[in-house]
Amino acid sequence: MTAITATMRPARTRLGLGALRRIAGNRKALVGMLLLLFFVVLAAFPGQLAPDDPNAEIFRPALGVSSHHWFGTTAYGQDVLSQLIWGARQSLLIAFAVGGLETALAVLIGVSAAYLGGIADGLLSLLTDVLLVIPIFPLVIVLTAYERNAGFATLVIVLGALGWSYGARQLRSQTLSMRNREFLQSARVRGERRLYVIVFEILPTMTSLIVASFLGGALYAVLTAAGLQFVGLGDPNSLSWGTMLYWAENNEALGANMVLWAVMPGVCVALLGAAFALLNYAFDEVSNPALRKPRRVKRG
Amino acid sequence: MAERLLEVRDLRVAYATDGGDVIPVDRVDFDLDRGEFLAIVGESGCGKSTLMYAIARLLGGGLPGEILGGSIQFHGHNMVELSDRQLRHIRWRELSVVMQSAMNALNPVLSIEAQMRDACKAHSTMSNGQIQARSEEVLRLVGIDPIHLKSFPHQLSGGMRQRAMIAMALLFTPDLVIMDEPTSALDVVAQRSLMMQIKQLQEQLGFAVIFVTHDMSLVSHFSDRLVVMYAGQIVELAETRQCFDAPLHPYTQGLLEAFPSIRGEKKHLTGIPGSPPDLRRPPEGCRFAPRCPHVHERCVAGPPPVYDVEGDLVRCVLYDRDREAVNA
Amino acid sequence: MRFVARRLAFFLVTLWAAVTTNFLIPRLMPGNPAIAMMARYRGRINPAALHSLEIAFGVDNHQSLVSAYFSYLGNILRGRFGTSLTFFPDAVSHEVLQALPWTLALVGVTTILAFVLGTLIGLLGAWRRGGFLDSMLPPIFVITSAFPYFWLALISIWLFAIKLHWLPANGGYSIQTNEAWTWAFISDALRHSIMPALTILITSIGGWILTMRNNTISVLSEDYVRMARAKGLSPWRIMWTYAGRNAILPNLTGFAMSLGFVVSGAILVEFVFNYPGVGWMFLQAVENQDYALMQALFLMIIIAVLTAILVADAATALLDPRTRDQQ
Repeated sequence: MTAITATMRPARTRLGLGALRRIAGNRKALVGMLLLLFFVVLAAFPGQLAPDDPNAEIFRPALGVSSHHWFGTTAYGQDVLSQLIWGARQSLLIAFAVGGLETALAVLIGVSAAYLGGIADGLLSLLTDVLLVIPIFPLVIVLTAYERNAGFATLVIVLGALGWSYGARQLRSQTLSMRNREFLQSARVRGERRLYVIVFEILPTMTSLIVASFLGGALYAVLTAAGLQFVGLGDPNSLSWGTMLYWAENNEALGANMVLWAVMPGVCVALLGAAFALLNYAFDEVSNPALRKPRRVKRG
Repeated sequence: MAERLLEVRDLRVAYATDGGDVIPVDRVDFDLDRGEFLAIVGESGCGKSTLMYAIARLLGGGLPGEILGGSIQFHGHNMVELSDRQLRHIRWRELSVVMQSAMNALNPVLSIEAQMRDACKAHSTMSNGQIQARSEEVLRLVGIDPIHLKSFPHQLSGGMRQRAMIAMALLFTPDLVIMDEPTSALDVVAQRSLMMQIKQLQEQLGFAVIFVTHDMSLVSHFSDRLVVMYAGQIVELAETRQCFDAPLHPYTQGLLEAFPSIRGEKKHLTGIPGSPPDLRRPPEGCRFAPRCPHVHERCVAGPPPVYDVEGDLVRCVLYDRDREAVNA
Repeated sequence: MRFVARRLAFFLVTLWAAVTTNFLIPRLMPGNPAIAMMARYRGRINPAALHSLEIAFGVDNHQSLVSAYFSYLGNILRGRFGTSLTFFPDAVSHEVLQALPWTLALVGVTTILAFVLGTLIGLLGAWRRGGFLDSMLPPIFVITSAFPYFWLALISIWLFAIKLHWLPANGGYSIQTNEAWTWAFISDALRHSIMPALTILITSIGGWILTMRNNTISVLSEDYVRMARAKGLSPWRIMWTYAGRNAILPNLTGFAMSLGFVVSGAILVEFVFNYPGVGWMFLQAVENQDYALMQALFLMIIIAVLTAILVADAATALLDPRTRDQQ
């Protein structure tokens, strides 16, 4: 018993060198890539880039914008810019860790369900559909409500273990459509083992789906983690954009002239999210030729 | 006695790709008389479908291409110059289209009845009752029980769908029906029966047909004249029987050699070696030269002219003896 | 109709899964966290209510897991969710029903509006490929769809409430107004819902526009659209009945799947604006360790999502005859 099998994305094609060239030429992909790289650099070298120790409460609180403090200081006298730079690390880690875990699970469950068929498929699909329908955010809130000191690792595992359903469904329907293709049948006739067939014949054709699943998972992780920390369900002592927002909100930063403290972490989350979203969208264009801008004939 | 219905002159279509502009239809000329059955044959990629859709002014969307030049005279208008609004007056009333796959050509979310009604309402002031009556009438024409008006495309069998599409094309009894390989999705037996039905309807209602196909043998008993296309150009145009009995162009000969005769003697089947030229950079001379068994230097020197050999038009230098080229 | 029956069955299975999750989680956590919570109830509520809470959370209970489970299910079916700690001594069900209309009004209306508007704009943008709408939309909305809901909420509070004093920053209605069906109350409530509504609308509409646009572009290259042009139908008819009606189908499926995002956004928006809906109450319950209320609200959220999905499925069945014949 499965939900409607119409998927939102059209069938995707194999990725090759031509596609890579097209990615490089696509403006959205370029912008997304640059944004992502920007944050990766911030996360990799925070010590060198941040002007101050983010936790040091040594400055006067609630300072405005100045050349020493580009975004002012917090209510506790910390430099906002340094906090932003150091905070990048957590957001990127969560994005990649959850994206990776969730994609791995999606591949495992989606492809297996399609390949195994029968009751196994029925059960896995049911699980996928139920998980797809239950909104993750409230579920995670319920979980963290009971276990207040949810560490970073717990957060990654929970988000990853709950977010694979969309990708699994996409991969399952793609695998199903592949199952009877000739090149698979010839592999079976050659006597290749199932695992070989799955890994070397099926997976390469779904690279674009897998990458899309990863990017989508990363986006969802960044936004969900920020949301959780914002409402105080993360570790309030950790250094991340979400917790910055939490403390800013607690200190009524908006009304107390510490506007940038409340706004800038959100800007960072939005920009990182936008990076993943842009890359994902550009990917859609690359793999679906119908979406590309129509070309003009050169007359003459 | 037969009246000229369609005149295509110097038609050129192009579309842009990553590697440059492609010209799938390069200076095509032909005529069509009222009530005539004209077949356009050629291998995949020769430009026959593009030609067909260019004539119907339906390029665009998933089928790229723009008309670069030439004229299409139909019912006193040059179709190339008409705007969309003007074209809409002609569409379906005077010119209709039958596509390859009815499963794809019929709107999956509307009933057959609704789709017929669309066409009727767009071009006439028929009342609902009249539309209903006409829809039932055309379905009966193609041998479908009118009860299927209420059905949706996915509920009909493949053969029925194709016939329903043909029925829809005949709603206004147009003067010209253009068909794009309407039988290729069917099995051989169904193909033949559909062809016979089309021919019978044509004789009964008197419309002209342009039938595009890659399968020459399919049209051998049904078409009046035959156009052979290769690499965007017409290489031979003749009466069907004449073409089959005595094919002039080496390409046509190659095509016919590829078909075994069921009653003839056993013979060695030969394909045509090589493949069609890259249309982004078409060769200067004859486009078939690389694959032609009768090639010589004059073939590659420049584009071969078209000659009239007893009513058979052929684009080949082999026939230049004492002949004037026909307006190139 | 087999289709609708199947979806209904799925609805019930998911609901059951949610209820069971609610039942199992506190028992699976190391050191049942409900114990501390239960202590706060002791001596304050009647024994029957206490007992049903004990069943729900497995505290101080001599029942086996299985019988506790069935008692729990029985209580749920009778609408007995317990007493709320946050709004003591009101019953949980009473509180939930208070919050529900606020959320339905805000989130329900806005989501439907975003879907309808987004789909329309996406359809029009794709129809006039290369036009004004089409070249502006994709990049802008790709970015806006990545905005965290709460951030946009914060910005708009800062801009419209604090700086410009145009709109109220907080709550569902001003404290001074009486909660009654008077024009004064309704207009006040409306004023308070403008910012939250706009936040949700702006953040969620982007996704609809983009997916509808992409779907429409794919559909426009289909044979049946070309056939419609060949038939000489008016562009309007082609856009609506041939392109639009087919392109919207995957969007309706996607509606179901994106509800997760909408819900999380709604919770955060209500939180930021202190808007007295289900999401706000949910977070209040979490903060106060009011697990009974929290679980009931969680179920309410699930029911809302499932209902919305059922509606979308019904719409799909209505629009797509193939779904009705599906086996």
